[in-house]
Amino acid sequence: MNNNEKGMSIIVKTVTRWIKGFIFLFGLSIVLFGHLTPGGGFPGGVIFAATFILITLAFGKEYVLKKIGKTLASELDSLGALLFLIIATLGIYFSGIFFSNFIEKTHPTGNFKLFSSGIIPLCNISIGMKVGSCLFMIFIIVSVVRVIFEDGKGKLITTEKKDKK
Amino acid sequence: MIEIIIIVLLIFMLIGSIICLETKDLLSSIISITSVGYFGSVIFLLIGAPDIAITQMVVEVLSLIILIRATIRMDLTTIEEDRDFFGLIGTLALIFVFFILGMEAIRYLPKFGTPSFTLNLQAPSNRYLMNGLKETGAVNIVTSIILDYRGYDTLGEATILFTSILGALAILRVYARKRKEK
Amino acid sequence: MIYYLCFVLFLIGLYGVTCKKNIVKIILGLCIMEYSVNLFLILLGYRKNGIPPIINKGMEINEFYNKAVDPLPQALVLTSIVIGLGILSLMVAIAIRLYQRYGTFDITEMKKLKG
Repeated sequence: MNNNEKGMSIIVKTVTRWIKGFIFLFGLSIVLFGHLTPGGGFPGGVIFAATFILITLAFGKEYVLKKIGKTLASELDSLGALLFLIIATLGIYFSGIFFSNFIEKTHPTGNFKLFSSGIIPLCNISIGMKVGSCLFMIFIIVSVVRVIFEDGKGKLITTEKKDKK
Repeated sequence: MIEIIIIVLLIFMLIGSIICLETKDLLSSIISITSVGYFGSVIFLLIGAPDIAITQMVVEVLSLIILIRATIRMDLTTIEEDRDFFGLIGTLALIFVFFILGMEAIRYLPKFGTPSFTLNLQAPSNRYLMNGLKETGAVNIVTSIILDYRGYDTLGEATILFTSILGALAILRVYARKRKEK
Repeated sequence: MIYYLCFVLFLIGLYGVTCKKNIVKIILGLCIMEYSVNLFLILLGYRKNGIPPIINKGMEINEFYNKAVDPLPQALVLTSIVIGLGILSLMVAIAIRLYQRYGTFDITEMKKLKG
């Protein structure tokens, strides 16, 4: 392990390495089954963000910024919003109404199936993507920026700027 | 029975919020506001809103992390404040006037346990409950409302979230740009 | 009774916003106001012995209609909670910026903010 010094102790790192996938899968199941059980895009997206924040807290900022980075988070954010708008606009093309549900709504064998309610699962996925990356970006913005005191004056130093130099 | 449980939980919320506002230590005030949020989540679960309970629970964790990262990094974690006596009296009088007016307003609400859509048959919730499964295919009526009947609201929500990050980024970036110009 | 307690919670938040001088306490007061408003909207939709607005397998639609709580406030509050997190982070960013500029969280010591 190269970055033993950064982040928290080895116990926290090992537990995080085991648990992060399960938390992500839990968020995924909450997003995908949002139209059948309690949940949906909003809580699922927040759980996605919580996964990445857990990794950030355990392994340190530099690790996450190198692996994921703020640009990927902002791209996913814009992609989620764009996907939601595209789904909404396709409604005009198919049936003339913005946000109309143009896919077949009921599963042939009845309701209570995963692929049963038209555009709602797709919208849930896009909303989850958007909320998750958005909240992760908020966390990066608030926490990476830090204050270093020199001569009694606060200076703003981000990790990104260091990389550029 | 459920009303008594809700009243007890609300009294706990009141105590937590008073502790949060009156304590001197910033860390303990942040932790007590998180406890207020968790009691709210339990109430949501009791009165038939599991969607909201999940969301509130997860959002509490994130807001706790964000608040702690924002405040504890700073050097001063305890505060001392002296009070302006006349200003305090003035604002308390204002709050008392609000209290009287709110009491008058609450008397006109329907009783607890009878939502307004049962009294008025033209209310949109009737249609959502009756035809929601037939018209959208979604079993969870809340999801069918936020993504199908009222999709515009969700679009506006996404816009607000996007704008709030842009605002945070712009606010925290200004200082760096000024230093470059110097 | 329940509505009155909820309203008192709102007033405590209002007291925090108007009387406190520390900027973090003002942010927390706004959070308390937000909790109380969300809780009030959900409490308005509660029906006695109500079930969540999720249809179970094998349940008649009329029986569901006569038992379920109001789904419309729940849908609005669900978006409002997530927006609250975004706005909280925006306020925290403003607080950090003010701390860097003035070196304190006390709003009475920030001279340039006085109108």
